[in-house]
Amino acid sequence: MDVLIEIFGSANFWAAAIRIATPLIFGVLGALICERAGVLNLGIEGIFVAGAMAGWLAVYLGAGLWGGVLVAMLTGAVFGLLHALLTVILGLSQHVSGIGITLLATSLSYFTYRTALPNVTSPPRIVPFSPLNIPGLSDLPFIGPALFQQTPLTFLALAFVALVAIVLYRTPLGLAIRAVGDNPASVEAQGLSVRGLRIGAVVAGSALMALGGAFLTMSAFDAFFFGMVNGRGWICIALVVFASWQPGKALLGALLFGAFDAFQIRLQAEIGQVVPGQVFLMLPYLLSIVALVLVARRADYPRALLQPWFKGQRH
Amino acid sequence: MSFRLEPRTDASVALKLSVSLGAGLAALLLVAVPVLFAGRNPIEAYGLIIQGAFGSLFALSETLNRATPLILTGLAAAVAFRAKLWNIGAEGQLYIGALAAVLVGSGLLQMPPALLIPTVMIAGFLAGGMMMVLPTILKQRFGADEVVITLLLNFVVILLVQMLIEGPLKDPLAMGWPQSVPLLAEAKFAKLVPRLRMHWGLIVGIGGALILWFMVRKTVLGFEIKAVGENRAAARFAGIPVDATMLKVALISGGLAGLAGVSEVSGVKGYLSADLSPGFGYSGIVVAMLAGLSPVGTVFAAIFVAAVFVGADSMSRATGISNYLADLVVALSLLCVLVGAFFLRFRVRYEPAAAPVAGE
Repeated sequence: MDVLIEIFGSANFWAAAIRIATPLIFGVLGALICERAGVLNLGIEGIFVAGAMAGWLAVYLGAGLWGGVLVAMLTGAVFGLLHALLTVILGLSQHVSGIGITLLATSLSYFTYRTALPNVTSPPRIVPFSPLNIPGLSDLPFIGPALFQQTPLTFLALAFVALVAIVLYRTPLGLAIRAVGDNPASVEAQGLSVRGLRIGAVVAGSALMALGGAFLTMSAFDAFFFGMVNGRGWICIALVVFASWQPGKALLGALLFGAFDAFQIRLQAEIGQVVPGQVFLMLPYLLSIVALVLVARRADYPRALLQPWFKGQRH
Repeated sequence: MSFRLEPRTDASVALKLSVSLGAGLAALLLVAVPVLFAGRNPIEAYGLIIQGAFGSLFALSETLNRATPLILTGLAAAVAFRAKLWNIGAEGQLYIGALAAVLVGSGLLQMPPALLIPTVMIAGFLAGGMMMVLPTILKQRFGADEVVITLLLNFVVILLVQMLIEGPLKDPLAMGWPQSVPLLAEAKFAKLVPRLRMHWGLIVGIGGALILWFMVRKTVLGFEIKAVGENRAAARFAGIPVDATMLKVALISGGLAGLAGVSEVSGVKGYLSADLSPGFGYSGIVVAMLAGLSPVGTVFAAIFVAAVFVGADSMSRATGISNYLADLVVALSLLCVLVGAFFLRFRVRYEPAAAPVAGE
């Protein structure tokens, strides 16, 4: 019990939870935008890798940290465009196209890394984003270190949660995006372009996903490693369902996940190897599965998700 | 002016074949770009890949050795996708199959090879099958999406394997390496040719493809899978037991992926380790798509993908081009075959005058 109080009472724990949640926030928001428009994007795992690699490489080559952020987003957008061409224009299987994008983005990133940096044994480092240390706020007891000693990308992620929520629920564009994922026929009847909206949503969502990867190499770590994304993208796909396609709940899910991950690391450090470490690593996946099963029935998923749309098509 | 899409009612075998071949060629053409980017001659690189994959008896054996698990995971994806059951979990099913093979075949049961090998195979098949039956039941009972669940299960299974080979199943004689106790000699697949790594798993894979071909073409179950895949609601309306068919498909699909694990443990490694599969489960999806979900085509597609990996490794050693090029070829093949699938589904007609575009 003392162990639990010690863990949950430390600002350090909450800071780690938010840090671990940050890439997931970007990823879930990105996946959420795509799916709200009716397109499942299983390319997310690969787009994470591509964002991590491209952002890092740009900084390494001297583009500056925000230049790296831009490069990562553009890389994500390009893969999103490819996914959109295959699924929205050609109407091909979203599952298979997404897997293909993941394979392509991952292998292209690894290939580029190896080709750009031949003969490196230890990964070269960059100077990553440093914590903002907002005067006043970051000196607050407990709250300060937990919430306000994060890097700019974490605040950007939180800002995107608000932005995505406002756009989806308070603007005509958001209404159109939600409609195109629910009932494309109604959107077409209004004279709007179903395809245009879907392509735009997939491109924008994929750019956000890539930021999740960029956070890993440009904020959390200072180098690019093979296998560093390690399933984070897939977790985002599960979190979207858990979040019932709502930005606020997506933030909550990502934070819960971050808290759990930070907790298991500390618990193991405190109580030692009573339970094999893999059990803790397995739990997030098992909990995701349980969450998926529990919410599946009541989840109000976008009704046109996975359904290709051809102009003039009648249902 | 506009292009009109006419749905094709049935694509001929020749068309399907040329789409698969065309996709492979298109992928190789696209890969020339990164090869040039790496400062090398693509023609030379391709020559080295082909030589590395088929240039000698040893190379051919390595290619067929690599193709063996891909045939089985490819069949696993093909049979499930035919029924529109999206099994993305072949990687985990492969590991569970391998785990079952080790549990049964490393000393628990002692019997002559003629009995032990089939027992190990059945254990691996059932273990892999259950890993797909479970998500399918969750899909039927709760409406939970099988894509995400089978995907997440891959991670769970690999962590489970890691836990066991560092714990209760760890081989005390492995000098501290995290690997399982070895299989009994009686549980190992025999080599097809002495001193070459090719083993009986290849025969199992080809046999599986033939059985599946027969099942798809000639049996009631094959007909039911086709009907369920084409239109689930219509199949239900026509009195086809949709749920039962899906469960059978799940068992066969997961089981075949489980057999891929058995084949790697029994035929190649002799023990289970966490690096048993370099993504055979995911490559199986590419293999199945390249084959147009045809069981016999899967054998050839698996050999193609295996040749790319084995050939690229050898090319990489000779030229210094990263062997991630192989993954790139495989990924591009999948995307090219997807585009090809579009042309299988639709005939594109050019129309000078503006006309409404129709497609179903």
